[in-house]
Amino acid sequence: MTEYELIVAGGGPAGLAAALSAWENGLRRILILERDNALGGILNQCVHNGFGLHRFKEELTGPEYAGRYIGMVANTEIQVKTDAMVLSVAPDKTVRYVCPDEGCQTVRARAVVLAMGCRERTRGAISVPGARCSGIFTAGAAQRFINIEGQMVGRRVVVLGSGDIGLIMARRMTLEGAEVLACVELMPYSGGLNRNIVQCLQDYNIPLYLSHTVTDIIGTDRLEQVVVAQVDGHRCPIPGTERVFDCDTLLLSVGLLPENELTRALGAEMDPRTSGAVVYENMETSVSGVFACGNVLQVHDLVDFVSGESSRAGKAAAEYVLRGEISSCRTLTVEAGEAVTYTVPQRIRAERAEQGAEIFFRVNRVLGKSAITVRSGDRPLAQFRRDHMAPGEMERILLPGKLLARAEGSITVSAGEVEA
Amino acid sequence: MQDVIIIGCGVTGAACALQLSRYRLRVTVLEAGNDVAAGTTKANSAIIHAGYDPEPGTLMARLNMEGSRMAEGICAALDVPYRKNGSMVLAFCQEDRKCLRKLLDRGEKNGVTDLRLLSGEEARRLEPELSEKVEGALLAPSAAIVNPWEYALAMAETAVKNGVTLHRLCRVTAIAREDGGFIVSTTGGVFRGKYIINAAGVQAGEIHRLAGGRDFTIHPVKGEYYLLDKCEGTRVSRTIFQCPGPAGKGVLVSPTVHGNLIVGPTAEPSGSTSSTAEGLQTVRELALRSVPGIRFRENIRNFAGIRANSDRGDFILEESPAVPGFFNAAGICSPGLSAAPAIARYLTEQMAERGLPLKEKENFTATRRRIRFQELDDDERNRLIRQDSRYGRVVCRCETVTEGEILDCLRQSIPPVSINGVKRRVGAGMGRCQGGFCGPRVQEILARELGVSPEDIPLEEPGSYILIGETKEAWT
Repeated sequence: MTEYELIVAGGGPAGLAAALSAWENGLRRILILERDNALGGILNQCVHNGFGLHRFKEELTGPEYAGRYIGMVANTEIQVKTDAMVLSVAPDKTVRYVCPDEGCQTVRARAVVLAMGCRERTRGAISVPGARCSGIFTAGAAQRFINIEGQMVGRRVVVLGSGDIGLIMARRMTLEGAEVLACVELMPYSGGLNRNIVQCLQDYNIPLYLSHTVTDIIGTDRLEQVVVAQVDGHRCPIPGTERVFDCDTLLLSVGLLPENELTRALGAEMDPRTSGAVVYENMETSVSGVFACGNVLQVHDLVDFVSGESSRAGKAAAEYVLRGEISSCRTLTVEAGEAVTYTVPQRIRAERAEQGAEIFFRVNRVLGKSAITVRSGDRPLAQFRRDHMAPGEMERILLPGKLLARAEGSITVSAGEVEA
Repeated sequence: MQDVIIIGCGVTGAACALQLSRYRLRVTVLEAGNDVAAGTTKANSAIIHAGYDPEPGTLMARLNMEGSRMAEGICAALDVPYRKNGSMVLAFCQEDRKCLRKLLDRGEKNGVTDLRLLSGEEARRLEPELSEKVEGALLAPSAAIVNPWEYALAMAETAVKNGVTLHRLCRVTAIAREDGGFIVSTTGGVFRGKYIINAAGVQAGEIHRLAGGRDFTIHPVKGEYYLLDKCEGTRVSRTIFQCPGPAGKGVLVSPTVHGNLIVGPTAEPSGSTSSTAEGLQTVRELALRSVPGIRFRENIRNFAGIRANSDRGDFILEESPAVPGFFNAAGICSPGLSAAPAIARYLTEQMAERGLPLKEKENFTATRRRIRFQELDDDERNRLIRQDSRYGRVVCRCETVTEGEILDCLRQSIPPVSINGVKRRVGAGMGRCQGGFCGPRVQEILARELGVSPEDIPLEEPGSYILIGETKEAWT
């Protein structure tokens, strides 16, 4: 059986950064398995700019950002197999995959990085009633048709959901000559980045209907109309507020879901709040030597942060292979407190706490001038100020090691508005 | 001149076609849509019923029993997913328990031999997810689940392999009598035949009227469903019914042969296949009475199907009194899927009595096989991939469907022409991402293999286009 030091499942931004970082930290037998026919993942269809501001200090398109990493990986001896679909990952780090030129293969690794990314939630996930006509696309599928296949999907468009891909696609469809009639968001706030609301909707006079949803889909063969209604505080449509849009296309941008089929089958502990694995401060899952990073772990807004998180995972995987398992007798759990949906990591090993920890989280509602408070039991450890926070923007705090040293058992991250 | 023209290629038409393809007859099937099994057959509960539900003495009772017995053998011969998972009808009160005894009695009269009444505790021992409020259940071990569209497709494909001609996109517009038969005009040409079988499902009443018959009416009844992710697929192992009411068998909770959980249907007088917020809410509320733990947030698809209920209350399987030579297979509502092969045999016998000569063919092909990559072990997979490397390219990542399998289905006797046609044949797009990733790939493969442009590939019927043209060029 062929043996590698590290196998990376997925050759998108997360997998590329993890593999590269593992290389830089001393591993030499590294294999990336990518199910598509090219590296780069979803970045390949993101032809808009706005990538790389943090990582490269310049503004790149998705394919350019991917290209930087693909180039860096090409300068190493990291092995890459495309068209290779991972079928299973076992706790002993045996990986089964299938690809056209080799068939089904079973290989062994000393460590594994899971970087399978995420998928879009579909119409079914939110049970939009109505006809089953054509013309209903997830925003990402429409993006692939337009940007990769060069095929246009429709002329008159309504976008349901204001996630970033939906906003980007509202602009993209407009630039391709379609008329985008409305962007409809169930929540009283947008799920996307503020910069995308401005640059993709406002700049093109596309109305954003907050606290609205699609209540019916009408069309015999192709979509003909959607019915949009306002919702009340319980997100239920308010009778009498319906308005009908004549359109041939409905794009859905109603959230992303980490694709963790392999992780679940592996038996790694999962966090229902992120739909990703529970990880330690070094991105290691509950299965020793198996790491997770990028959108398979938590859905990110910015690829720059995916790269950062994945570099940490790759480095940790290298340390695991070269120095062995981290034995830990004491673990801090990180809890999501008031107004916080989840945290990543969910656990910090006390032995590693002295190095400090980076904690990512999202708030569950829009907050104005506010404070992020980190407590251990009743004891406040640290406080961070923010002018504004929203569920659509991931938050990041850095906890210094000497501060973590004062924590016992668990730490809780919470947020709340403060007097101006 | 054909010996028999079958109008409609749902499960009833397909079963009739397969039955007639055993004999030395010229048989043509006319299907209004661009695919077989695309009406009631593709959108139902997918159950092969045990046979305790229909009133004893009816055609429904007799043919349910016969058809369900035949189904297992047909599915084995034609490689159709089928699992005898058993069913339960639940009782929540005294009235329901009376109903169970009535069903038991009916079942025994119909010839179901292994029915058993259970206490609430016994039922929960078998199905731990059942509600604490369940007071009793009727267990029917012989009930089964099936892939309904593959069942019909497999029968239709086998019929075509045995010489039956299938014409798709032939909606019947007129039926005229001529000496010794009929002239059937359709949107896809004119066909002549000595006998007609009307298996037009929800349209059977209209087709009968076109031929001059008047004696029944179809009253379509819509049923709405949830189809949940495979992570909910083992919530129950049997098909869980509630006591039937005037509107039908009520809302069921059942695993599917694909490993998902199906929940539904409602029963609303309607011929529309649109789901509604109210209908879906009804499904959720009723299903949670039986199995409180169902997580509806794991939904991957809602759909609605139409039952072809008639004003007769029983299957209509007879020569039209007004139109000699015209045989109705109408009013095929539940248990129509279960009864289909028995319906075909029963009608064929009637047609033989009216002069259709049934001489068996010597070289009848009675089997069908297809490759399911997901179900193979690695050695079998590698043998395939060595023959054709495209079996090693996974197109649908949720259901692990390979390009090789998609190419296979395009080489069968009834190749798909739409994205959903591929989905029904190989499962690409049936999973949790609902074709978000594989849809564009399937479209590309279909277009390439059929030698058409991607924008000519519809989602389902011809008007259900997906693309409007190339970017930039779509507007010129």
